[in-house]
Amino acid sequence: MKTIGYYPGCSLHGGGRELDMSLREVCRLAGVELREVDDWNCCGATAAHNLSHELAVALPCRNLALAEQQGITELLAPCAACFSRLKGTNVRLARSAELAGRMREVTGRDYRGTVKVLNLNEFVSRLLADGLAAKLISPLALKVAAYYGCLLSRGQDIVEGQDAENPDGMEAALRAAGCEVVDWNFATECCGGGFSMSLTPAVTDLSGAIMRDARACGAEAIVTACPMCHSNLDMRQKGMGGDFQGAGRMPVLYLTEVLGLAAGLEPKALGLNLHFTDAMSAASARHAQPVEGSR
Amino acid sequence: MARVGVFICHCGENIGRTVDCAAVAAEAGKMSGVAVAVDYKYMCSDPGQAMIRSAIAEHKLTGVVVAACSPRMHEVTFRRAAAQAGLNPYLLEMANLREHCSWVHEDRAAATAKAVDLVRVMVEKVKRNRALLPVRVPIEPTAMVVGGGIAGIQAALDIAAGGRKVILVEKSPSIGGHMARLSETFPTLDCSQCILTPRMVEAATHPNITLMTYSEVAAVEGFVGNFQVTVRRKARYVDVAKCTGCGDCSTKCPQKKIPNEFDANLGTRTAIYTPFPQAVPNKPVIDAEHCIRLTKGKCGLCAKVCTRGAVNFEDKDELVQVKVGAIVLATGFELWDHSAYGEYGGGRLKDVIDGFAFERLASASGPTSGRIQRPSDQAEPKTVVFIQCCGSRDEKMGKAYCSKICCMYTAKHAMLYRHKVHDGRAVVFYMDIRAAGKGYEEFVRRAIEADGAEYVRGRVSRVYRRADGKLIVRGADTLAGKPVTIEADMVVLADAVVPRAGSEKLAQMLGVPYDGDGFYSEAHPKLRPVETAAAGVFLAGACQAPKDIPDSVAQASAAASKVLGLLSRDELEREPIIARVNSQTCVHCRACINACPYRAIEDAALPARAGAPAAQVARVNEGLCQGCGTCAALCRSHSIDLDGFTDEQVFAEIATLE
Repeated sequence: MKTIGYYPGCSLHGGGRELDMSLREVCRLAGVELREVDDWNCCGATAAHNLSHELAVALPCRNLALAEQQGITELLAPCAACFSRLKGTNVRLARSAELAGRMREVTGRDYRGTVKVLNLNEFVSRLLADGLAAKLISPLALKVAAYYGCLLSRGQDIVEGQDAENPDGMEAALRAAGCEVVDWNFATECCGGGFSMSLTPAVTDLSGAIMRDARACGAEAIVTACPMCHSNLDMRQKGMGGDFQGAGRMPVLYLTEVLGLAAGLEPKALGLNLHFTDAMSAASARHAQPVEGSR
Repeated sequence: MARVGVFICHCGENIGRTVDCAAVAAEAGKMSGVAVAVDYKYMCSDPGQAMIRSAIAEHKLTGVVVAACSPRMHEVTFRRAAAQAGLNPYLLEMANLREHCSWVHEDRAAATAKAVDLVRVMVEKVKRNRALLPVRVPIEPTAMVVGGGIAGIQAALDIAAGGRKVILVEKSPSIGGHMARLSETFPTLDCSQCILTPRMVEAATHPNITLMTYSEVAAVEGFVGNFQVTVRRKARYVDVAKCTGCGDCSTKCPQKKIPNEFDANLGTRTAIYTPFPQAVPNKPVIDAEHCIRLTKGKCGLCAKVCTRGAVNFEDKDELVQVKVGAIVLATGFELWDHSAYGEYGGGRLKDVIDGFAFERLASASGPTSGRIQRPSDQAEPKTVVFIQCCGSRDEKMGKAYCSKICCMYTAKHAMLYRHKVHDGRAVVFYMDIRAAGKGYEEFVRRAIEADGAEYVRGRVSRVYRRADGKLIVRGADTLAGKPVTIEADMVVLADAVVPRAGSEKLAQMLGVPYDGDGFYSEAHPKLRPVETAAAGVFLAGACQAPKDIPDSVAQASAAASKVLGLLSRDELEREPIIARVNSQTCVHCRACINACPYRAIEDAALPARAGAPAAQVARVNEGLCQGCGTCAALCRSHSIDLDGFTDEQVFAEIATLE
């Protein structure tokens, strides 16, 4: 069994539990063990760099140093914000010896920069190539919009090889799961991010526009790999206006949930029953019959 | 005994501010062999030159050192003054106290000491200078113009009118360039075709102009006055002499769906085609890539219908050698490919078009006969958004420069659109309006005030296609301080002006420098705007920098006058800074022959003479030698010296510094 370092961050232990659950299920199926970093702390997210740039690097730096000490060479950070902070710290430290020296003082740890940080899309692409694709025996005939948001498309040296305006890390995985990926406009639009609590109307406006464009382009569901986006799109539909009430609600799925469903796993085991907007019925209703010998 | 005169220039304050020129003159006066040393505020001025001339006569000077600016700036000036006073010009040298001293130092005492050293070095050199006579080479009285757009046509016509022969080389099947594609031209809204096509015909029929269309420069050898150019005449598959241009062939050609480049790919053309109805020459070519006969061996319909037997499928590219004395580069520009702009659709949105596409839509001879129709569904767009500075002034896209023509053509587009679609909205997003030109600002005001174009100052952040087909344009109105969203039917991007693909290769062939953006560099940005660092090669039009039609034409005429000046002489005087081989010591190892970048050294036979047997040696062709010194540095038997830079001179310069 293969092993990869795992940094769940706060989301995956809280509001983004479904992502943690579905990820673990998919990893179990793929034969990959997730080794959680022992004694990890907050990545800093959007809060730290608003207060202090040093703190915003020091927090992820400590996590990376711990991972390095614990023999982890590759670290999966499924939350897009955690990924951006951790990978961004690697980039900043490599760029400045002065900063690296300062971080040695602040964290009291000697981090040599050997931990490679992966986001969910990169990890999933690797699983598919390593044999998971063959296990997706139950194609999910759903029209979906692949939604990246900002943190999986921006920061040229963080999201390497992705076109900021037209990223493409998720589409192949969705097609492998049997989904039809719609051509839409808002794959990288802002969902409102961390203003969810402080400026809720702005978030419902922004997230609503994303949902509306997805629907207008023919999507029946939105797929994301970011817990922040997921919470805004999934939880704020009530405030988005009449077209997203009742039967008009639109399921928002995690990429790993889609893969789990396509592999024929139990929706509840994937956490689909934990969504604010019903995802169970949409997923099961659309679940095509297993095809013999498929993929 | 040497009698050297030393003349120290203050260059206004350029040198005088940092170097104590009087002290330098005093020190120079004490140097061995110096007969007179003086300083003056502007040595290059008339009184300054007179000072040098009279000193030469008065002191019977055998050499002169002018300690002033770079020799690149004024060596010619001062040598001319020396010659007027009867001194061989090559007995005058310059010590560079400006670029090499005052401009790069701050400490006055140290700079003054360095200036004294620089003068001493040149005094030592000039004592060992010998009189040199210019090399005379004949001039081929024919010019070549590369590029048949408006700049090339104008240059060719002017040179031809001056009585010299011109070969006009054009890459595409017809001359005319981009101007032939334009609808109307700013700031007067003249019909582009109406003012251009008569010029095209004139160029084609002028007895002094030889047209080589569908041809490219393949190689260039030689030097100013004596260029040997190899032109590749691409296979046209149509015998121009037999063809009457009746058009039966293209009517019958079954390949009808090829995107028409001339129409910015909005329309289609056939495989055997004339690029546009007013083409010069008005004879078709076969596009070998798409011709069924040439790719699959079948069809051949065009040959069957041609009553003149002009179609020849066996045609091959042909290399033609020509000799010319001067070359004008007028290779023009193209529009940058905006697919790098993901936020504007990355080239995937059909109704987001570039300026040329709009020109073709607005042109009476275009694919829509002048009706404004958007490409996706041929509907008449009721709201058109024009976005300026797409690529230009955007360092993220690698282009810091302003493309210069876009402000004006966008105003024209908005105006033409409003003239054609009366109930339509034309919205222009701009960063600044740069309308510096005769009648230009008035033209833009007219677009805004008389024709109702809505100008919004700000950038567009995003263009996307809503499911109902509307293009949603989101941007900022920085004057109102508000974000704006416009539902448009078509978007026109003013893409950056970039040099023609392949222009760098041509520059390398000719030794013409180009800037980081690929535009050809002029010899001096202010005083020599049409010359290049390569003698005998001149520039016209947008190959040098983004330019509109009036500027291109003006520069073309300027280039033509330079060419006529050069070709008005029978002979050219060249700098006698050339290498010489001492045939007594040359061992004919041929290292210099192989190393010479100008192929100026050749084998020569030395006949047997009393006491010495016949021998093979290296010999320098004075006409070809550029005086670079590669051979002198390389020669293992120290048999090569460079006139004006002999080993003796250079070592004396070094030795005096101790």
